Amino acid sequence: MNDPAAPAAPTLASAFAAGHKAFIPFVTCGDPDLETTRRIVHALADAGADLIELGIPFSDPTAEGPVIQAANARALSGGVTTDRILAFAAELRREIPIPLAFMTYANVVYAPGPDRFAARCAAAGVTGLILPDVPYEERAEFEAPCRAHGIDLVSMVAPTSADRIAAIARAATGFLYVVSSLGVTGERTRITTDLSAILRTIRAASTVPAAIGFGISTPDQARAMASISDGAIVGSALVRLIATHGRDAPGPVYDLASSLASAIHSA
Amino acid sequence: MTTPTSPTPSAPGRFGPYGGQYIPETLMNAVAELDAAYRRLSADPAFRAELDALLRDYAGRPSRLTFAANLTAKLGGARIYLKREDLNHTGSHKINNVLGQALLAKHMGKTRLIAETGAGQHGVATATAAALLGLECVVFMGRTDTERQALNVYRMKLLGARVVPVDSGTATLKDAVSEAMREWTRRIADTHYCLGSAMGPHPFPTIVRDFQSVIGRETRAQLLAAEGRLPDAVLACVGGGSNAIGSFHAFIPDASVRLIGCEAAGRGIDTPDTAATFATGRPGIFHGMKSIFCQDALGQIAPVYSISAGLDYPGVGPEHAWLRDTGRAEYVPVTDDEAVAAFELLSRTEGIIPAIESAHALAHAVKLAPTLPADAILAVTLSGRGDKDCAAIARLQGEDIHE
Repeated sequence: MNDPAAPAAPTLASAFAAGHKAFIPFVTCGDPDLETTRRIVHALADAGADLIELGIPFSDPTAEGPVIQAANARALSGGVTTDRILAFAAELRREIPIPLAFMTYANVVYAPGPDRFAARCAAAGVTGLILPDVPYEERAEFEAPCRAHGIDLVSMVAPTSADRIAAIARAATGFLYVVSSLGVTGERTRITTDLSAILRTIRAASTVPAAIGFGISTPDQARAMASISDGAIVGSALVRLIATHGRDAPGPVYDLASSLASAIHSA
Repeated sequence: MTTPTSPTPSAPGRFGPYGGQYIPETLMNAVAELDAAYRRLSADPAFRAELDALLRDYAGRPSRLTFAANLTAKLGGARIYLKREDLNHTGSHKINNVLGQALLAKHMGKTRLIAETGAGQHGVATATAAALLGLECVVFMGRTDTERQALNVYRMKLLGARVVPVDSGTATLKDAVSEAMREWTRRIADTHYCLGSAMGPHPFPTIVRDFQSVIGRETRAQLLAAEGRLPDAVLACVGGGSNAIGSFHAFIPDASVRLIGCEAAGRGIDTPDTAATFATGRPGIFHGMKSIFCQDALGQIAPVYSISAGLDYPGVGPEHAWLRDTGRAEYVPVTDDEAVAAFELLSRTEGIIPAIESAHALAHAVKLAPTLPADAILAVTLSGRGDKDCAAIARLQGEDIHE
């Protein structure tokens, strides 16, 4: 990707510039193997995804519910590594047009060093990074190297953020990840947080796009979340299909992703 | 509360480069609220008096300092003193921190405590404080640990706590911490996470250190009274490091006193079956803190091992990492076999059965004492009593005691 003739990798912001709300699916790389992940990513892109979150598995994912915890464990036991995922992402970059972001934990980035990690993301054409265990106060150490390499370090706002929302939104780049409800990742039957109030506070502080995630599993939920924000993020509901169908997951993933995409794009 | 002397956190919640708050955004206002409440209440004489009364009348403080005359004679070197945290109510040092945090939680209007536990000592202490103060209690414990510490599981249930076995990861202490953190993000408003060691996100390393520093303050005063001078070394076992930081803290300004943390080497630091963080780990970010962790080259946390459920943890509290870097404290690995030998030795020579965790500190004292002159003094913290370990040690030695 350092080939000067290669087109610049699409930015996270470009996912929100299509004239409709953004559908942002998540998949854990290497669950159950990278070849299946490749077919799943293609299925997601074909279904209408606007940005794809690629999970780099971590041994102890403390912000995840049981579904994505199990995906991390499956991927690691399959032998996937950060190096192999970076090479895989560089291949995906040449195969699909939409932006890619990595989602992982601080130690996976800290181990090689944030600067080296960000440089390798940039070389692979990955333009975003989401670290759920790096809050606003610890951001600088990761954000500065990301910025130097043209990577957006995505900020998160939670239902408990209250007086912190404005400062977080002002520092956000790429898009702002709005956590829908208390707890870890995983499907929820109802989302009761007053998200409209949180979105109003964000809007007053920043023009950054805001997408809602955590607990969204059905097209109706996705439409409702997208209608009050700039997009919806779906992880566990898709990962559950991978747990059930393994290497045969791309078909069922395409079907669910298509219905989620049309719900979100019509919001 | 004592004021941190040296080394001081370089920024709020920092010990040199270590510490910090690496946690999901959902928890950030909860730790901020805890920090503010702790600052307010720790300066409040009424809170201090309430806690001191509990420590005295309920936990049984001050704990005794026992001169181990038989052991000293047998080893033929330094005079060995034992700081008897095993004599506290609930049988370990854990009660010091738990009474402080439970009282803090109650003053914050929380009605529910959650906790992680390894050996079960912190879980038992938390269940005890919850019973005393009328709080609901849920304890997360790795499935493996519920099996090797079955007696403590029963004690927690008897005290009215719910014990949740954790099956994720290696089903040990690190997974119990992860699950307690997840539970806290689910339910914050009425719940205080009563973290059991001097680790995790700020302000926990400072709060737990302050509540445990009573150990070292007492040891220091008791030794001055008994011997008229300070010890040559203070020894304590280190998992997350709460009894060690509590034992060391009052001695940090006393440059002549060596501070020696004894970590669990398991089957040896050259084997994969070890939990010796300083001997085998390197800097990383996990469980809310930047510190030293056992991990692979890619930053995946290592599946550690120790015979001792309480030391079976892949990290260490951030203040210990800083004490090591600055050279103020030293950390040594102690194997399972050395700890078991010390467990049996203390039982036979002094009639004191130590926790297998504490036996790690004692094992190093056994090595060190004969190398020192007879007028040298070692203070070894016995962080807990060993009743809970008897069935497992008996099994290890080929005896089935039908627990």
